[in-house]
Amino acid sequence: MAFREIDLNMGPQHPSTHGVLRLKLAVDNEVVLRVEPVLGYLHRGMEKLWESLTYTQVVPLTDRLDYLASLSNNLAYCLAVEKLAGIEVPKRAQYIRVVLAELQRLASHLAWTGFMANDIGAMSVLLYGFEAREDILDVFEEYCGARLTVHGIRIGGAVRDLDAPLIARIRTVLERIPKRLADIRALLDENRIWKERTVGIGRISAADAIDYGLTGPPLRASGVAWDMRRDIPYSSYGDFDFEVPLGANGDVYDRYLVRLEEICQSIRIVGQALDGLPDGDCAARVPRILRIPPGEAFHTIESPKGVLGFTIRSNGSDKPERVKMKSPSFINLQSLEHMCKGNLFSDVVGILGSLDIVLGEIDK
Amino acid sequence: MTPFVADVLIPVGKIVAVILYPMIMVVVMIWLERRVVALMQGRLGPNRVGFQGVLQPVADAVKLFFKEDIIQRQADRFLFNISPVLVMFSSLLAFCFIPLGEPLRFGTYTLTLWIAESPVGLLIVLGLSTISVFGVIFGGWASNSKYPLMGALRSVIQILSYEIPTGLTVLTVAFVARSMDLVEIVRRQESSGVWYGFLMPVSFVVFWISAVAETNRAPFDLPEAESELVAGYHTEYSGMKFAYFYMAEYAHMVLVSSLVVILFFGGWLPPFPGVTALRFLHAVPGFVWYLVKIMFFLYLYVWIRATFPRYRFDSLIRLVWKWLIPLSLANFLIVALVRYLL
Repeated sequence: MAFREIDLNMGPQHPSTHGVLRLKLAVDNEVVLRVEPVLGYLHRGMEKLWESLTYTQVVPLTDRLDYLASLSNNLAYCLAVEKLAGIEVPKRAQYIRVVLAELQRLASHLAWTGFMANDIGAMSVLLYGFEAREDILDVFEEYCGARLTVHGIRIGGAVRDLDAPLIARIRTVLERIPKRLADIRALLDENRIWKERTVGIGRISAADAIDYGLTGPPLRASGVAWDMRRDIPYSSYGDFDFEVPLGANGDVYDRYLVRLEEICQSIRIVGQALDGLPDGDCAARVPRILRIPPGEAFHTIESPKGVLGFTIRSNGSDKPERVKMKSPSFINLQSLEHMCKGNLFSDVVGILGSLDIVLGEIDK
Repeated sequence: MTPFVADVLIPVGKIVAVILYPMIMVVVMIWLERRVVALMQGRLGPNRVGFQGVLQPVADAVKLFFKEDIIQRQADRFLFNISPVLVMFSSLLAFCFIPLGEPLRFGTYTLTLWIAESPVGLLIVLGLSTISVFGVIFGGWASNSKYPLMGALRSVIQILSYEIPTGLTVLTVAFVARSMDLVEIVRRQESSGVWYGFLMPVSFVVFWISAVAETNRAPFDLPEAESELVAGYHTEYSGMKFAYFYMAEYAHMVLVSSLVVILFFGGWLPPFPGVTALRFLHAVPGFVWYLVKIMFFLYLYVWIRATFPRYRFDSLIRLVWKWLIPLSLANFLIVALVRYLL
């Protein structure tokens, strides 16, 4: 059957574009020729908005960027401000931040596992992933009252201290996750259909991944060992013993395995941080209206999606002159066309899912 | 019995019953699916409308009745309107040939639990259920929109490909029973004392896989793969027309389950006919056995859906052409040979 090349518009209203992403696809009888992401449907002018707010007022707004990992955004922004202002964060606060950030990574990766499986049609795994994530959200709720847009990290430290009951609760939650993970893996790991849909799909070589600036789990799935937590440690990550899981083929299946292994590593890190929680304050003393001398600072962290960075320029007033965000979802999305070309239309959904993008972070 | 009752009332009653029975099964199935999938996934599912949410499908239907019926400007109005009817009609009409149980005797009058018995009932049922393909392709084509078109194309390729193993396995049953009459096939299973599903497990497995694929159900639900094609061929439909597609899919599932039960699991026959200790099972009416067996297969549909990810289109076609068709051909030859020699 002779088919003309047709343009297919996927989104902004589409069940699996993870928000309001629009993809302009050119397909030839289901084979993808071109993919062009069209952005901006969720643009809220965040970066401009921040210029009219004080340094402290910006923090809760960063929750709304990557809304599946709001604590990581908090952490990246606060670290950048602290670097610029030269604020020393107490050791205990650093450990609490690690606990929160790693719990957030767990929540984000578990949600991703669910979304990814749902994109490929394994509906039940979506619910299993969310069930496991629910426990962690309950911990956040007990910690600071919010579940989704958790505002748990502030400039100078954390919102509040971890007390004994909360620590006990975190430990029980961590104990439950491996069992749930095992359920998910039993359904997917060796499933023929799952492997057919993921192995060898959306491959990107290590060299290409670096060229495209791919970050986070997709980069590590291609076999590039780069993890900010290990390579440029921040917030006392150097104190903990953990491994950086790597993939070999850089396909969707490897991204899945890397993320699942990262879940196990995060459980280890949280356990170590809770065991070695030093005494001290949970926050440094920071004036309510922070005035920072003129200058510029850039700080990056390893968020669940990849390398997340903030550049902040100060002009001496209580408001930042410019805040620029380097968002991993945006950068990872660039490589979509490279991965999709020549694959089938059905795989675009799986490949897009495997990148773990959040539109709140792409459009800002 | 007066001729009026025998010639008018009872046929009319049967006609009403043959429309109501699939509809009731569809309602039960929709509820069952939502509840069972929910429980498998650790959530509750609909449990507010009526006892345990049994009235939820009714509430959904009422909602769909009141929805605006949208026909977009670029659609082909005639085909667009006719395709839901075609799909629904083909699956409902096939129920006329499905026997529900042993004929009941009232004095001199015999009430048959089917509308029509035909010596080629099996062929008619298969043929009718394939007509739904026209509804699907008309719907997808007439929508004049890309996702429905792709969904319809996939659907046609899928249904036609899976017709082949279905036909070949059905033929093995016809060989062994030496009949294509659905009532006769059940009777033969009674007289031979073994259900054909146990006699020919390969036929059953191939038929079941093809049946799941033909009804467009997970893991073969590609024509309406929501994560890719939004809703496939019925993306542009709303209101009652959408409900028609939806109900037809479930009616089709009930039909296919009925066929599996009749062809491979003895229709209305109670299990273990040879075991004297289990004679009491015959006290239960055949209709009940029939329903229990159908429900088992409908449950299997739901179970499969909750477990597996979705096939990709090319591997789906590879599965049928490279595995199922050779397998069913070999099976067909073996059965034919054995039947010839015995």
